[in-house]
Amino acid sequence: MTAVEDRPKTEIGAARKRKEDQRLITGRTKWTDNIQLPGMRHLAMVRSPFAHATITGIDTSAAKSSPGVLAVLTGEDVKDIQGGMANAWPITEDQKAPVHPAIAVDHVAFAGEIVAVVVARSAAAARDAAELVDVDYDELPPVLDLKEAAKDAVLAHPSLGTNKSAFWQFDSAGAGTGGPVDEAIEKARADGIVIEREYRQQRLIPAFMEPRSVVCDPTGEQLTIWTATQVPHFVRIFTALVLGIPESKIRVIAPDVGGGFGGKLQHTPEEVIAVLAARHTGKPVKYTETRSESLLSGHHGRDQWQKLTLAATKDGTVTGLKVDLLADMGAYLGLVTSGIPVLGAFMFNAIYKFPAYQFNCTNLFTNKTWTDAYRGAGRPEATYAIERLMDELAAEVGVDPLEIREKNWIKHEEFPFTTVAGMTYDSGNYEAATARARELFDYDGLRREQQERRDRKDPVQLGLGVSTFTEMCGLAPSRVLGALRYAAGGWEHATVRMLPTGKVEVVTGTSPHGQGHETVWSQIIADKLGVPFEDVEVLHGDTQIANRGLDTYGSRSLVVGGQALVMAADRVIEKAKPHAAHLLEASVDDIEFSGGQFKVKGTDKGKAMAEVVWAAFSSHDLPEGLEPTLDADATYDPVDFSFPHGTHLCAMEVDTETGQVSMRKYVCVDDIGNIMNPLIVEGQVHGGLVQGIAQALWEEAVYDDQGTLVSGSFVDYTLPTAADTISFVTDNTVSPSTTNDLGAKGVGEAGCIASTPAVVNAVVDALRPMGINDIQMPCTPERVWKAIRSAGSDQADATTGDAQPHFDAGAPNQAPPDPSSSASAEGADQ
Amino acid sequence: MIPARFDYVAPTSVADALSALAEAGDDAKVMAGGQSLLPILRMRLNAPETVVDLGRIEELRGVRDEGDHVVIGAMTTYADVLASDLVRQHAGVLTDAIEEVADPQIRHRGTVGGALVHADPAGDVGAPVLALDAELVVTGPGGERTVPAAEFFRDLFETAVGEGELLTAIRIPKHTGWGSRYEKFVRVAHQWSIVAVAATVRVEGGAIAEARIGLTNMGSTPLRATAVEQALVGKAATEDAVREACAAAAEGTNPPSDLNGDADYRKHLATVLTRRAVLAAAGA
Amino acid sequence: MTRINVTVDGVGYEDEVEPRTLLVHYLRETLGKTGTVVGCDTSNCGACTVHLDGRSVKSCNVLAVQADGHEVTTIEGLAQDGELHPMQRAFHDCHALQCGYCTPGMIMQAIDVLNDNPHPSEEQIRVGLEGNLCRCTGYHNIVKAVQQAADEGSTAGASAGATAGGAQ
Repeated sequence: MTAVEDRPKTEIGAARKRKEDQRLITGRTKWTDNIQLPGMRHLAMVRSPFAHATITGIDTSAAKSSPGVLAVLTGEDVKDIQGGMANAWPITEDQKAPVHPAIAVDHVAFAGEIVAVVVARSAAAARDAAELVDVDYDELPPVLDLKEAAKDAVLAHPSLGTNKSAFWQFDSAGAGTGGPVDEAIEKARADGIVIEREYRQQRLIPAFMEPRSVVCDPTGEQLTIWTATQVPHFVRIFTALVLGIPESKIRVIAPDVGGGFGGKLQHTPEEVIAVLAARHTGKPVKYTETRSESLLSGHHGRDQWQKLTLAATKDGTVTGLKVDLLADMGAYLGLVTSGIPVLGAFMFNAIYKFPAYQFNCTNLFTNKTWTDAYRGAGRPEATYAIERLMDELAAEVGVDPLEIREKNWIKHEEFPFTTVAGMTYDSGNYEAATARARELFDYDGLRREQQERRDRKDPVQLGLGVSTFTEMCGLAPSRVLGALRYAAGGWEHATVRMLPTGKVEVVTGTSPHGQGHETVWSQIIADKLGVPFEDVEVLHGDTQIANRGLDTYGSRSLVVGGQALVMAADRVIEKAKPHAAHLLEASVDDIEFSGGQFKVKGTDKGKAMAEVVWAAFSSHDLPEGLEPTLDADATYDPVDFSFPHGTHLCAMEVDTETGQVSMRKYVCVDDIGNIMNPLIVEGQVHGGLVQGIAQALWEEAVYDDQGTLVSGSFVDYTLPTAADTISFVTDNTVSPSTTNDLGAKGVGEAGCIASTPAVVNAVVDALRPMGINDIQMPCTPERVWKAIRSAGSDQADATTGDAQPHFDAGAPNQAPPDPSSSASAEGADQ
Repeated sequence: MIPARFDYVAPTSVADALSALAEAGDDAKVMAGGQSLLPILRMRLNAPETVVDLGRIEELRGVRDEGDHVVIGAMTTYADVLASDLVRQHAGVLTDAIEEVADPQIRHRGTVGGALVHADPAGDVGAPVLALDAELVVTGPGGERTVPAAEFFRDLFETAVGEGELLTAIRIPKHTGWGSRYEKFVRVAHQWSIVAVAATVRVEGGAIAEARIGLTNMGSTPLRATAVEQALVGKAATEDAVREACAAAAEGTNPPSDLNGDADYRKHLATVLTRRAVLAAAGA
Repeated sequence: MTRINVTVDGVGYEDEVEPRTLLVHYLRETLGKTGTVVGCDTSNCGACTVHLDGRSVKSCNVLAVQADGHEVTTIEGLAQDGELHPMQRAFHDCHALQCGYCTPGMIMQAIDVLNDNPHPSEEQIRVGLEGNLCRCTGYHNIVKAVQQAADEGSTAGASAGATAGGAQ
């Protein structure tokens, strides 16, 4: 493919086009739904239309006699064998959680919960029969609103006796990482500034493009499960644990997976049901969800109320931050549901030197789809809160938002820096990233234009938004996860197999679903072992091939899995040295390896890697004690997190007549450490930006007061299109991470974490002269218009009160948006 | 995602289609371009016994010049209307509106007639057809009748086309030389109109001589803002004059409240969008 | 069951189908053309976009029986003699795909955009792709890819947009 002269000097850092693309652009893909097996049966789910109800009876007789139907299974049928879905992250010792059956037995706790499954010859026959399953429900009152749930007046699970799942606290005074926050606030009330705000993190839906699909083949010695997942290793372990099947009898394969964004970091009821149905019928089965089912029953993300108190001196030096969260678990605890808000605990202090900090989080159940990981998971919420607060502080002090940040941030010469949340940031340079972003953005020019528009009362106002974010990536050091009561570790595994013909197979325990691991892992190995990029094959996602691994999420693949790969490659070289020494008739100590050649120091004698590999393969002449293989593997447990950061600047135009907001310009300069492949990095940033922007402007999962998901299709869950977005200006500064050999920090979530507050800050900045200091997300035209209309009066549409204390009990609740929707059922336009 | 079973008929003439409808009776559903019907069938929100597909009736396709009128066959796709200079020249506001319908793929299949009979109040063709004083040609077992646009839209998803009848053509009086604009307000590009305004005006010597305004999604049917039309006559095509005339654009409307905005917001939008549409149509 | 004759990617097929069979299901399940995928149930996402007689359509929103007597081009029919279509190459060159699930539909629609207008502005490209959702790329590189394909089409004088379906 690539001519030798095109070959970059080093693969790492080169803008290699992706290996993965060939099959994806030609339609030669292996999505789970593509799989057809001999004798395969199809599943259709019957789901509860009610948010909260008791099941009083299910009549499956009509469905069972529908043509082509092999079986109809209800919760009653499988209650003794289906176990309960697992929560791997009990954040406190006394965390409460309801039993979560894959098929509801007698109680449903959210609309969309599965109550029966039909197994039939075709997908159409299964669907036809599913319509005939007759379920009797006794409706129970649902609890939907998070603040209502906190009152425990209506219970999501009456048998639990409370909606409160857990309370989790981090306190800097208690942890010895800082002072007592209440004292800082008290002092600021006396002679400084106290900013008190309440922000809403709306409920979001990951909305990966490939609907989830699972195929289970029970024929043969091992049960084989193909599933559209980010976490095949988790699915294997939890299938074993939930269903009591020996792990050694289970093989899980994640074939081509069409996006995840945390939404496929789950072990799902559908996966369990596929196994139950396959074992029940003895036939391979397939279940592919519709988009409506995906939006309804795939886990959701975010959904928090954040009460925030920021204390500062009069000049804007922050002296303390107190965070009180209510986090909506939804109806059940999924795999890591309960830990998601806690991931934010270490990030509210962001890039700043706060002397005192306290984080309090209450996890609550409601009768809605359960929440879990969604791109950024905990960190976007934290970043949003603090970056919005820093703008509010700047406004209070009367200085530019960049100035207030500079006053408080960690200076580049202060790294490594241990924060008030106990994290040690290894490297970074906020000044450099900000300076570069400012220049690319023409910050001063746009500020001038903003003033001009204000002066001439232009109906279209301009706002500039800042977000100087950091995040913790590279999940995660196992000791930290253990301390946080997470069930598993955070290591990663890699194997390098040196094939006799000189090709290299790399096996990674990470499980890509669009990122480009096949390309980047090839680049790393090409440099490490001196083999051509094209000669490296990257294998993943099949537990029989990649037998050890902890999969892909939390921007961990490169910083943890890449490091494992580097270590495995180093071991190959170390293993090969005695072989090379033997072939070269030299001492091992005199062998050095570079550029794919083993050389005898100080001579021009050498052997290529391929020759050494072949000799080891043929092993005709191996000295005693040498194994006839150069293959090596490594499992790496990260010593610490990595901390990418960046400065994002956004210009928004606000049409004050209609409330319509539109993006004028977006510049981001991210420091993600060393860059393996700039093409892929840019792509990750672009995609992350739009997801974060979409939270700010467009997306929200909305329930009506019955607990029906109103935004249950792509008609109403409004993902942005190409026509709604702009081209971005992206750049990087580089402060290599010191916690891994690649110097990488992770980029998968950066754009998504940073952009949301940048956009909302820009919208608010445009309107601040009118007295507006918040617009609830998503900043819909209606909300913006209503904020403008009521500006100066009661601020009814903001999520906050004013800068006065409001932390009294029974603070006013925000009315949920009007849930009725006109055209939602009518599908696409004509 | 899989519709319930149905029988399928694809007649090749209007006469055959009418017989097929008569034969199939109550549980038949007419399919034009199918771009709204198929999603409904896939979601099983409707499960007709028979689908009568008009897609193979050539006589229902195409745009023709009939003197004072432009006539659009009911089965003419949006894409074909967009490609028609005749429509662009004599009924520009319809072209403007159709450019905003859904997306290119949908416009390749969806038909003007199908949209009118579907009568979704958020659909984009009703308002311009109303504003242009079009006549709708309805054919039934008893022959043809012509319904003025003002009498065509009865209610939510309900029109003057009766059971066993078909909309066969749209006759639009030529508005040659009129300026036009369709102002569509959405949050994301692929949405149905939250509110939209179809405006077409004739300007003489810097003043508005005649104006026609149709409103999308301001009630259970497309609406005509006749008070605004009258108020605009004789007004200079200036920001201030038009603003005043358009202030009443939402009067008498009963718009829905939903995820995208409540009725008050829609009423406000209607006045702003009407002014903008009229000013643009007037070339101001 | 209804008998249909359809040409898909240059090959003629004759099949009995249930009238309710969607074109996308016919392509995927009957013909094994799994390159075309389903992404939603409301015809918003465009992942299933194919060309029907040379014009882009959402194949979830067409019945197989409606394709009787017509010609369909899918993502699998674009590359000719092992040579990628210029739009496929542009998507690869510009990193216009990540997970790749929206890609078949996106490429088919992008080709249609250039068929309609060989020299579109960025704005026209963006509006031309409004019926196709992508969750990975933020569209930035997709727009770049269409620009590249358009530029190549004009410099080479070749019809970058032509598909096997051909006619407009």
